[in-house]
Amino acid sequence: MTAKAAPAAAPGSVSDPGAGPRRGWRPALRGARTLAGVVPFFVYILLFLGIPAAAIAVGAFQDPDTGQFTLSNIHTATHGIYLHGFLITTELSVITSVVPGLCGLLIGYAIYTARRGAILRRIAITASGVFANFGGVPLAFLFIATLGTTGLATHWLTAIGFNPYENGFNLYDLGGVALVYLYFQIPLMVLIILPAFEGLRPAWREAAQNMGAGTWQYWRRIGGPVLMPSFLGCLLLLFGSAFSAYATAEALTSGTIPLTAIQIGSFLNGNVLAGQQNVGKALGLGMVLIIAVLMVFYALLQRRAARWLR
Amino acid sequence: MAAIISDELANETAPPRPHRKRRSYPVWRWIILLLTAVYFLIPLYAALRFAGIASFGDVVHQTGFSDALILSLKLAVITTVLTMALMVPTTIYVHLRLPRLRRLLESITILPIVIPPVVLIVGVLEVAPGYLKSTPYLLGLVYVILAMPFAYRSLDAGLRALELRTLVDAASSLGAGWLSTLWRVILPNLRTALLSATVLTVALVLGEFTMASLDLYQTFPVWIVAFDQTSGPVSTAASLLALFVTWLFLLLIVTVGGRRARRTGGAQVDLISVTRRDTVR
Repeated sequence: MTAKAAPAAAPGSVSDPGAGPRRGWRPALRGARTLAGVVPFFVYILLFLGIPAAAIAVGAFQDPDTGQFTLSNIHTATHGIYLHGFLITTELSVITSVVPGLCGLLIGYAIYTARRGAILRRIAITASGVFANFGGVPLAFLFIATLGTTGLATHWLTAIGFNPYENGFNLYDLGGVALVYLYFQIPLMVLIILPAFEGLRPAWREAAQNMGAGTWQYWRRIGGPVLMPSFLGCLLLLFGSAFSAYATAEALTSGTIPLTAIQIGSFLNGNVLAGQQNVGKALGLGMVLIIAVLMVFYALLQRRAARWLR
Repeated sequence: MAAIISDELANETAPPRPHRKRRSYPVWRWIILLLTAVYFLIPLYAALRFAGIASFGDVVHQTGFSDALILSLKLAVITTVLTMALMVPTTIYVHLRLPRLRRLLESITILPIVIPPVVLIVGVLEVAPGYLKSTPYLLGLVYVILAMPFAYRSLDAGLRALELRTLVDAASSLGAGWLSTLWRVILPNLRTALLSATVLTVALVLGEFTMASLDLYQTFPVWIVAFDQTSGPVSTAASLLALFVTWLFLLLIVTVGGRRARRTGGAQVDLISVTRRDTVR
């Protein structure tokens, strides 16, 4: 408590007009009292986020039997099937952020150019909000009914002479999972890129036109550069969203594809080799580090984007 | 965000932009939106066809359905009550007394997004004492962490749109104690933010699969997956039901929030704060 109180005891930090004379311990005490209001929150965070996270970080470097420090978990987690898992997860996340990113950009632009307040625009924005929240188990079942071996779309495609399952498609492998991810990634992209489009001021376009710029030149020299940091930031968010997804892939494939999230889950399900109980924690630590790096880049891009989008 | 939306509101009343004259609903826009609509509607239609109308009635009679649903609803109540009890006072307090902590709080509430649920549950099960691990309500305690980013963002946006200091000073100059100020002045003004935080929390708990399945408790989504072994159509019908309920919730905040924001001129709820992102996936 006293350690926490120290920074708040700085002069002027407590805006209480009725403050008495400041003797040495008084402001410190009051600072402590002010901070007391946020103690429940920080205690809760510590208990249910801080300590579990610390347990993972520590466990990643611990021998499960002796409790000694070891790098073998990290070594296992970055080799063989687990390295493969990280690579596959990254591949899936790149595909399911770039493709929806471009689709979402196009759709977002279509919505942006529609008249403000137009019914089409309202429907499109509300629908994006709704579909972006679509994920996990229900989504997997929707796609099984659509593109599973006996799905409706599979049936239609077979009827016109194109059986997807005879042409290399499989809903229950990586390509299938990617296709399902598009279903929530595209609307998510639309939602997060729209504010960037809205930030493009009509005045800039008018100014460009007055100086004789065509549509291409406007996008190449003004619209594009202004949108670019936002666009890249959105791609990072999509990447993170795909990278940490678990439920959709698990429900769809029953855990048969080697994604890192699913591998971590399988450690809890008890599919563990002796001496490797802590590899799951090393994998978790790796995942958190990767997402943390993404978030740092995201924050930098946001700062850059904020220069224009106010 | 607020700036962008009020910008939009301002433009809505402004005369149409001059450059719009030359393009009146180009064909490409309709093609893009139509293709998108088809892509998004076909799976819904297929699932409806696959489930069949009869399955919707059957869902409620299946073994395990009511237990799973009741567990999910209990967890939703626990999580919502705890989240509100924790986040509402903290957020208001920080706005009033410790505005310098706002940035810190913002970064902390982002952490559950950096630590994916599948990783967090590994850590929680590692350190949780036995008496907590043997009850499903541990999930409720952890869901509070998952709900925090959304609850905090809703409440923070709601509070920023208020003249909080003025309201509190006015209330206290009229002789209200802090409890009565909170209950009769601040909370009524935060209705939309509270509603959206509640709805997001409930929707999140009802849809959460990752942690529940790894903690081996049969909540509603876990039941849906397990029941697929018995009857695919019933599981599909249950999925559709779950989706429709979630959508109704979300539409509720979007419409209520949107109407209020238009009336008060502030941007209390935006669609992005309505997005649950990775927590259910």
